[in-house]
Amino acid sequence: MPNFDKEYFNIGYLDTLSYRQTFIHRINPGIKLVVTLVFILIVVSFSKYEIHRLMPYFAFPVFLISAGEIPTGVILKKIFIVSPFVLFAGMFNPMLDTTIVYTISGVPVSGGWVSYVSIIIKFILTISSALLLIATTSFPGICSALEKLRVPKVFVMQLLFIYRYLFVLAEEAMRIVRARNMRAFGKHGRDIKTFINIIGTFLIRSIERSERIYHAICSRGFDGRIRLLRDIKFKFTDIIFALLSVSVFIILRMYDIAELIGDAVLKF
Amino acid sequence: MSHHIIEFNNVHFTYPDGTDALKGLDFRITHGESVGIVGANGAGKSTLISHMNGYLLPAKGTITIGDLQLNKSTINHARKTVGVVFQNPDDQLFMPTVFDDVAFGPLNLGMTRERVIERVNEALTTVGCLNLKDKPPHHLSMGQKRAVTIAAVIAMQPDILVMDEPAASLDPKSRRQLINLLKEFRHTKIIASHDLDLIRDVCTRCLVISDGEVTADGRTDEILLNEPLLEENNLELPLSLQHK
Repeated sequence: MPNFDKEYFNIGYLDTLSYRQTFIHRINPGIKLVVTLVFILIVVSFSKYEIHRLMPYFAFPVFLISAGEIPTGVILKKIFIVSPFVLFAGMFNPMLDTTIVYTISGVPVSGGWVSYVSIIIKFILTISSALLLIATTSFPGICSALEKLRVPKVFVMQLLFIYRYLFVLAEEAMRIVRARNMRAFGKHGRDIKTFINIIGTFLIRSIERSERIYHAICSRGFDGRIRLLRDIKFKFTDIIFALLSVSVFIILRMYDIAELIGDAVLKF
Repeated sequence: MSHHIIEFNNVHFTYPDGTDALKGLDFRITHGESVGIVGANGAGKSTLISHMNGYLLPAKGTITIGDLQLNKSTINHARKTVGVVFQNPDDQLFMPTVFDDVAFGPLNLGMTRERVIERVNEALTTVGCLNLKDKPPHHLSMGQKRAVTIAAVIAMQPDILVMDEPAASLDPKSRRQLINLLKEFRHTKIIASHDLDLIRDVCTRCLVISDGEVTADGRTDEILLNEPLLEENNLELPLSLQHK
């Protein structure tokens, strides 16, 4: 399958996963959003040298993957795609912070290396939880939750429009690229000039489409005010999920479970 | 007086690039009529439809919808009275779920929450798509998208239903289902299409548009059997009547 087509189907895959019907998918979107935000805030609240205390938090994404029946490879692949940014962001830490903080089997480890690893772990935890939120909650569900959390309606509508037309525009781009590929042989037809023409065509088609959409919106009585009708109901399982998750996150934040377990094992 | 009347009186319209799209359009469509609008590409069909609910306003001439003449102050009345189904469902289904999209119009009409839910359920049941309520539009087939666009418009309970190329991109079965659905509607119907067989099946009256003017107006059977007239307007006999 050509690269562009493959990417198009990749975009849609997380969305398709979000419409499955598992226990995790059925949890109220607002609850999942709040739990994920709490998780992210607690993870980033650890100091840069507390690597071992972050480890128990991997249980949360692992639980979501298994309960939500999400293919692990898909999440790992997406984490891998964005990882260069974080690898680049922390690459100078080992040079800037040379204080020795650990000695592992006689090998001194500087604070810079520890903080670099800490950044990577925090990145994996936060990105995976955000991806799993998307993979287990439909995007309209997330937007409903944002609206209930008093995020301005204009912002919510922008997100909903992006979601709605991301797939339409991706299809449009795929059709244009296919049309180019059908008539491109070898390097002919794949030059920068053709690429610029493709971008121009895409832009013009998008502007024309936006005019037609605006026409459709106006035709159904839009007067500048955004009205949404959303039902968000809380179930008993939603409350249990929220209480359990947040309690575990807080307990793990307050107590060094890894150290407590280590001490217990040594005493035993 | 009926609200189901739409009247164009010497309507002219010119686009900003100087293209004269409508050049003195005259017609009157009354309560309960099913009218097909046919014409070659560039004849002015889409521009005409854009005038029917005030998205475009005439440069010259008047449009009367129901009891009111169309102008900036009566646009809301026109949009409530005339429901337009556009050619491309992806342009019309702009909300993230089917339910949100069908509810969009009724909510803008200021209906109560209960009434909106009732209207959405009724409209989706009419087009046989109630089971798709929570789906995002990009997960629907073209036939389903088309049915939902119709539901989105009939949920507003317009007096006049206007459709631009309703059968475009539909497979034969979906097209037949659409025709059957349209036949059931008691609304005043105005359908612009190149699908002359669909026009023949659904509409009793036919307007032929050419170069921004009405060149023929009469019974569908008479117009669509008039080969010289069709030829003159860059059209041809409906496919079902060819090679017989």
